[in-house]
Amino acid sequence: MAALDAEIREGVDRETVETVQSMAGKYKHGWNTEIEMEYAPKGVNPDIVRLISNKNEEPEWMTEWRLQAFERWTQLEEPTWAMVNYPEIDFQDQYYYARPKSMEEKPKSLDEVDPKLLATYEKLGIPLKEQMLLAGVEGAEDAGERKVAVDAVFDSVSVGTTFQAELKKAGVIFCSISEAIREHPELVKKYLGTVVPASDNFYATLNSAVFSDGSFVYVPPGVRCPMELSTYFRINAENTGQFERTLIIADKGSYVSYLEGCTAPQRDTAQLHAAVVEIVIEEDAEVKYSTVQNWYPGDENGKGGIYNFVTKRADCRGDRAKVMWTQVETGSAVTWKYPSCILRGDDSQGEFYSIAITNNYQQADTGTKMIHLGKNTKSRIVSKGISAGHAQNTYRGLVSMHPKAKNSRNYTQCDSLLIGSECGAHTVPYIEVKNNSSRVEHEATTSKVDDDQLFYCRQRGMDEEEAVALVVNGFCKEVLQALPMEFAMEAQQLVAISLEGSVG
Amino acid sequence: MSATLQKNTPAAPDLASALARPPRGGWVEAARAAAEARLEQTGLPGRRDEYWRFTRPDTLTAPEAGTAALLKDDEAPFFGGTDCLNLVFVDGAFDADASDKLEGTGLTIERLADVAATSDHWAQELYGVLEARGQKPVVRPLAAINTARATDGLLIRATGKVEKPIAIRYLRRDADADAMLHSVVRVEEGASLTLLENGPAAARFNSVLEVDLGDEAAFHHIRTQGRDHERREATHIFARLGRESLFKSFTLSANGALTRNECIIEMTGDDGVAHVAGAALGDGASGAFHHDDTIFVTHDALRCESRQVFKKVLRNGAVGVFQGKILVKAGAQKTDGYQISQSLLLDEDSQFLAKPELEIYADDVVCSHGSTTGAIDETALFYLRSRGVEKAEAQDLLVLSFLAEAIEEIDDADLAANINDRLAAWLRRRRS
Repeated sequence: MAALDAEIREGVDRETVETVQSMAGKYKHGWNTEIEMEYAPKGVNPDIVRLISNKNEEPEWMTEWRLQAFERWTQLEEPTWAMVNYPEIDFQDQYYYARPKSMEEKPKSLDEVDPKLLATYEKLGIPLKEQMLLAGVEGAEDAGERKVAVDAVFDSVSVGTTFQAELKKAGVIFCSISEAIREHPELVKKYLGTVVPASDNFYATLNSAVFSDGSFVYVPPGVRCPMELSTYFRINAENTGQFERTLIIADKGSYVSYLEGCTAPQRDTAQLHAAVVEIVIEEDAEVKYSTVQNWYPGDENGKGGIYNFVTKRADCRGDRAKVMWTQVETGSAVTWKYPSCILRGDDSQGEFYSIAITNNYQQADTGTKMIHLGKNTKSRIVSKGISAGHAQNTYRGLVSMHPKAKNSRNYTQCDSLLIGSECGAHTVPYIEVKNNSSRVEHEATTSKVDDDQLFYCRQRGMDEEEAVALVVNGFCKEVLQALPMEFAMEAQQLVAISLEGSVG
Repeated sequence: MSATLQKNTPAAPDLASALARPPRGGWVEAARAAAEARLEQTGLPGRRDEYWRFTRPDTLTAPEAGTAALLKDDEAPFFGGTDCLNLVFVDGAFDADASDKLEGTGLTIERLADVAATSDHWAQELYGVLEARGQKPVVRPLAAINTARATDGLLIRATGKVEKPIAIRYLRRDADADAMLHSVVRVEEGASLTLLENGPAAARFNSVLEVDLGDEAAFHHIRTQGRDHERREATHIFARLGRESLFKSFTLSANGALTRNECIIEMTGDDGVAHVAGAALGDGASGAFHHDDTIFVTHDALRCESRQVFKKVLRNGAVGVFQGKILVKAGAQKTDGYQISQSLLLDEDSQFLAKPELEIYADDVVCSHGSTTGAIDETALFYLRSRGVEKAEAQDLLVLSFLAEAIEEIDDADLAANINDRLAAWLRRRRS
């Protein structure tokens, strides 16, 4: 961490640097679980696709869908436009399916799950018990009746899902996607691939062919999901890619908050993670999707780590539908991720809050797309990128106002902070405005905080810089507080980071 | 970003095969051959190229220029009242009779066509050289083809403080003319020069201007592109700035079916200052209007300042494009980079497409960019109307105030006032 030991320059407080440092140095989820695994043969081809489909006991239409995606994938080229560099990936030199031997027979309840697996999640702070709260969350005593249902995915399979019965009472379906394909084929058939088509992009297409598991959520009309839902992804096996697929459907007037966490053991070789998340939001429904991405980032020399190539998209189909993406990206060697919002319904809303921290040789190319199609649609993008060591951090985003999206609004703010002279911070926004009743504002300066707030602070005797710092810090906290309680612990570490001295 | 263009296989005959190659020999031959090789490697830009995402290059790369109706009257140049060294090009050809003699105090000025055949020339170190430097990381084939094929242009060298601006008028007589000019400007250490350009030049105009500023040199550039509705134009400015030098360029574009103005600035000396600004007004009702400003500023020295200020007023299906990038290289500490692109859409049909980029590898810099798009502020309009200002006039006032930040980049008060009058006149003509 030589770069961080360098003298801390004016405008960046020590606390910020130390926080970034503390988050970078030690990866605390780098251990692995010794467990007997069974693998599909290395590589990907139609037989592997059939095998995965077969293992999941899928109906014929699903196998067919996968095979078509595979066929399409063979014609696609890996995208190169992102500002990331990594050695060529040999897609035939890795496992596409790995599951613990003990999961051969799907356990009927959590009591039957291999204790080793339960211990793994216990150690990660995600005990698979139907308890009131996740262990270790501060302020738990005040939280009252808060509950979190967890779907735990270990390599290629879902280990178990908690609180299923209680959710069922409310009409909410929360299970692994493999279970959903078997139990609720009509829903899966209706929605799968409608937000992220099987042919969408290189990684999404690969995922469509080989996804092994993931989570499925259906919230029926008018239902407010009685608890937070979450999925915890753990990659454990070596040389294995994880390809999970998440499908969330919020029917008319419903609400759900969904959390996602991810970790992986420390290994010298890079591992691929290519997920797809699809969210369908009908009229008046609202979905909050929060991620704390903490995959293994590789060591301080850039060796190993997860390649995180993820396609996430929410489709606000109905009027007044609302979606909010919040992400804290601290892990992965390479991140390629653009959670997007299609604002199709009139008056629908999309929000994207992101804090991306890269260190050592990490590279992140992340951002969002806000596609405004309906009238009076609103979107807001707040992105903070922090880069240290030799890392490269890029914000890449699109705001598109279609001709029919009258009276729409977008506000974008992206700030970056560089710590050390070997790293880079980049901003690549695309803005396309095709009607004049919409307003689009893009800015990337810390000095452009709200003038009224600044004025207020100044007239209370603060100098300009102090006032800016206060407002920006308050703002940053606001973003972090948008994260659900369960992520509070990890997020709190980030709150200390100020954005003084940040650049565009 | 993709560093190379998709190679476009020349199925149909394109500009490169249609254009004659200049005669061989002279100091310029080597530069032309190198540019030819660059062009060979990249091919001409195509619709699928990322750098041409918002603008279709087809009419710029077609073998024929095509016809562009002539505006009835020649526009009086905006520098009419200023004492200048006046030079005239008609359809891209130098008109010696209409021009002043090629001489001035503290200045040498020559035509490329006159001196290209000589064996040595001071411009040898710059011709095609700055253009080649500007081909990374993004290729600019329309500039390469210009270096390779242009046969005329001006080679200007300022050795002292040149009082009289050099003023170029580009006139049109032929509705189908295809013009290509390549000029080189060298402002020596401590010297200064002002270059003014006015007029439509041709039905299709491809221009390259290479500017090299020595330490403490100053260069002011103001141009207004022609009002001919159907003209198409691709211009490139490649500038390299020495220590404590000053570069200022302002462009006014009203009308024109297609305009692509690229400006590539490289700050190589400490404490340099570069400002590049533009105001564009487009009305799709008088034919197509597509205006693209593509700017690339590289900071490679300490304490440099760069500003990009681009404003567009669009109506009746007009399209405005801004692609701006600030690249701060490692070690370019204390950089101050600013970029603003704004557009005012006067009706529902117009479009603004922007890609304001930052790429930063130094940690002690201030770089900011902003981009906004929207309609006229109804509250401001209401305020003016409540003070008894008629609606059309109130709207024009607001448009002028919107453009003011770009106009303010012009240092000379008289020229700025003239540009402002021109804007007001353009707006008046469209009131109905």
